[in-house]
Amino acid sequence: MITHPTAPELIDSVIRFIEERAAPQLKDRDAFLCRVAVNALAAVRREIEQGGSAEDAAVERLKAILGRDGDFATLNDALCNGIQDGSIDAFDPAVMAHLKASIIDQVRIDQPNYAGLRTLSG
Amino acid sequence: MSDLETALNAIAPQLGGKSVTGLRRLSGGASQETWAFSLDTGRPLILRRKPAGAGSPTGNANPLATEAALIRAATLQGAAVPEVLYVSAPGSDIGEAYVMSAVEGETLGKRIAQGEAFAAIRPKLAFQCGEALAKIHAIPLEGLPELARSSALDELEKYETVYRTLGARRPILEAAFKYLKDRAPPLARPVMLHGDFRNGNIMFHPETGVAAILDWELVHIGDPAEDMGWLCTASWRFGGGKPVGGFGDYADLLAGYEAAGGTPIPLERVLYWQMLGSLKWGVMCEGMYASFANGTDPSVERAMIGRRTSECEIDLMALLEQAA
Repeated sequence: MITHPTAPELIDSVIRFIEERAAPQLKDRDAFLCRVAVNALAAVRREIEQGGSAEDAAVERLKAILGRDGDFATLNDALCNGIQDGSIDAFDPAVMAHLKASIIDQVRIDQPNYAGLRTLSG
Repeated sequence: MSDLETALNAIAPQLGGKSVTGLRRLSGGASQETWAFSLDTGRPLILRRKPAGAGSPTGNANPLATEAALIRAATLQGAAVPEVLYVSAPGSDIGEAYVMSAVEGETLGKRIAQGEAFAAIRPKLAFQCGEALAKIHAIPLEGLPELARSSALDELEKYETVYRTLGARRPILEAAFKYLKDRAPPLARPVMLHGDFRNGNIMFHPETGVAAILDWELVHIGDPAEDMGWLCTASWRFGGGKPVGGFGDYADLLAGYEAAGGTPIPLERVLYWQMLGSLKWGVMCEGMYASFANGTDPSVERAMIGRRTSECEIDLMALLEQAA
């Protein structure tokens, strides 16, 4: 595997091309879709940089809550099933703390400027 | 000349002109197209059109002819709505669509919630929205087209079915479904709801406030607090600091509603529906993403909207934390 250019660098170059060269030539709906496209690339960039550690942390929290091992999808499924059937109380402090930490990490990737992120993360 | 322009020229006499000019599609709106054009007389008009074969993500949108009929019913009640000039049937040259007058004003939520142009009128908007809702909710149910009726529990079941069908596993949505189902109020006083009454679907004039209530495709019968809660749902605040559409306070919304003859609604009920609104929008974002994933709509907008569910989840998390 090569080290350079990194995936974030490639994404940055595409974002710059779209914003500086392509976007000025678009109007109406295409201009709108162009802004969405840039937002999508920026989210991918953040996921590459932050997604791995966020998921690792979520797995550690889930193991403690559920008292078992597994990958993220398996443990997250178990949590969802437990909340759905009532065997896990979402208002249990450890569960609340996990849900809160996980969603803060996710919104930092998806929409870091969203007002609700400031509300919840202080 | 595009096929649409040709078709609009053919009906121009019924709109009060000889031909149309300046046809262009406006941005936004994936399940419905919105086009702007003018008559040769200079009168600006708007075309709302359902793309051929398009369904709503949750399948609960009314036909456009129903939407047009409801706008006319709201006119009779004194609500601020555009004038509907022409209704076009599915399968016609224009397609399923209607033409309405273009109203002067702003619909971009961020400008309304934060823009300098609205600074002076902003403190009055929540009260005006309350008045507008009271008028809509006063529309007599007799004589309306066939409409779906839905309680809080019905809404939760509908969106839970969508969520389960999509197969996503999102623990905050699970927690919100459970919390809201345990506290669902009965449908004690059903009224006709706008169904999509939020910042972005209301045209505001910077000097006079509410100018036209748009987007009537989700009208149904239900709890009057549903419309209020949706207006207060955090997804529609556009960075504004206030709970009502980002621009106003709960007390003003409720006061406007009562001042226009609406039966008083407790704030607690509005807050319940506000939370249900975040849950509903979170599921709807997932549902719109599904139309990308299954190839129905390959646009980047539909792909990226799936990344907005997490916004709703963080709002739900804040509400769950407050409830804890």
